[in-house]
Amino acid sequence: MKQELICIRCPFGCRLSAEWNGNFENLKITGNQCPRGAAYARQELCDPRRIVTAVVACNSKEQPYAPVRTDRELPKNLIAPLLNTLYRMRVDIPVKMGDIFIENFQDSNVNVIFSSTIKR
Amino acid sequence: MIQEESFDIAVIGAGAAGLAAAAETSSAGKTTLVIDREDHPGGILRQCIHNGFGLRYFKEELTGPEYAERFTEKALKAGAKIRSGTSVTSLVKEADGTFTLIALSSREGVRKIHARAVILAMGCGERSRGNIAVPGSRPAGVFTAGAAQKLLNTEGILPGKKAVIVGSGDIGLIMARRLSWTGIEVKAVVEIMPYPAGLVRNIVQCLDDFGIPLYLEHSVVNILGRERVEGVEIAPFSGGIPQMEQKFQVECDTVLFSVGLIPENELSRSAGVKLNPSTGGPLVDSNYETTVPGIFAGGNVLHVHDLADFVSEEAENAAKMAVRRLDGEDCGEKNPVKVESNLKYVIPNTYQSGRKTRFAFRSLIVSNQAELEAELNGKVIWKKHYSTVRPSEMILVELDGKLLQEKGELIFRLKKGE
Repeated sequence: MKQELICIRCPFGCRLSAEWNGNFENLKITGNQCPRGAAYARQELCDPRRIVTAVVACNSKEQPYAPVRTDRELPKNLIAPLLNTLYRMRVDIPVKMGDIFIENFQDSNVNVIFSSTIKR
Repeated sequence: MIQEESFDIAVIGAGAAGLAAAAETSSAGKTTLVIDREDHPGGILRQCIHNGFGLRYFKEELTGPEYAERFTEKALKAGAKIRSGTSVTSLVKEADGTFTLIALSSREGVRKIHARAVILAMGCGERSRGNIAVPGSRPAGVFTAGAAQKLLNTEGILPGKKAVIVGSGDIGLIMARRLSWTGIEVKAVVEIMPYPAGLVRNIVQCLDDFGIPLYLEHSVVNILGRERVEGVEIAPFSGGIPQMEQKFQVECDTVLFSVGLIPENELSRSAGVKLNPSTGGPLVDSNYETTVPGIFAGGNVLHVHDLADFVSEEAENAAKMAVRRLDGEDCGEKNPVKVESNLKYVIPNTYQSGRKTRFAFRSLIVSNQAELEAELNGKVIWKKHYSTVRPSEMILVELDGKLLQEKGELIFRLKKGE
């Protein structure tokens, strides 16, 4: 099997080529200019993940929506379930940047944290 | 009576540039006031809830609000005062060389602010439908990408249900993903050029991930609908004109424009600052000082950057120079810097002999092989090879003082490789 990919780990956007047989055995990656590219290709083929960011309704008078993000990349198949969960939730202030909003979402080992401090 | 206050330095704008500049001038011991029209410091960063900020400056990937909060803390900790919800309506240089600013806020009314130096950090604004003259009716549902981003990310208001995005700049691409993640269907991104304006990683993670079609070398030739947008007509664009016989219709209720940014310089102009027509920002010398001595500029107000980290870095440099000037350092000589073939502009517009200087450029061409060279008094003094140059990516180089020993005219040119 062979697949072309574009690395999204940095703004450079290397064009990667991945070759493998069967269940990603002997996965060979070329075109990357740094080790992160090879790691990205492996991850993207075996278990694609993304950082997810969103806003959640909030009871602050000054800021009706609180920005949140995952603290690491979330498996792609969990993005829609996470967004659906977030859109049904409400944030109680005060919150601090970096505080955990949802811990270990669906056993993914990924937390959702606040990207902003909201005091009032 | 109008309240008056005095500071060493007034910074106008509390975004990625202004906060970085204020942190710098305050830690150098200068009393600093940052004036910002929004209710919270952070500028546009606050609505950029996506990640990708801070990789260069903080060595970690942050969202816009996180980047803004870190810089706000940095500026406040250094001792800067930030006045939010306040607009500067006038900036005047007095006969004694100091500056008077008129600041308006609904909470505090009118205030007169005196400063020994001013740092412009107002950032930039978006080009809109009017700037690119898209024909059609004028229904509701037409936004700039940034306006829709603000509605969605700070007010929680969805701009529509089915969207077409005009222009493939990074803000437009980021909005394509953002809309998709809120359940809005993005039907197309339409780019007039043969290549995307945004980063290729954003094509992958913001369009390909959602199966959004990108129409390169196409333009929107008509916006349909009376009360609300009902659709757009798209036509292939070749030889400088849209091919109307091949036009097709896409149904949508929302059109976002992501067609470039322009430095915001109304206030600078009124203060007598001369602008550079190729950037839309002030002409500056190697101290980031504008043509009005004592007024400095850095960040997107000077020229549009691709990364917030570069904006902060540049504003920090401008702030360092403002501090040196207040401490009585001579502004130094001004030898002209120019650009020739294939470069749109250079910042700064002068250099001082023997001093290390950072230059920023934008390419006019797309090429996978190019060489940037510097010529001083007819001799090539420096060259660098680039494996990619494109108008969407800023070029930054630092030339050592040893290379710039001679006084004269410094010319940069970009040569396309084979």
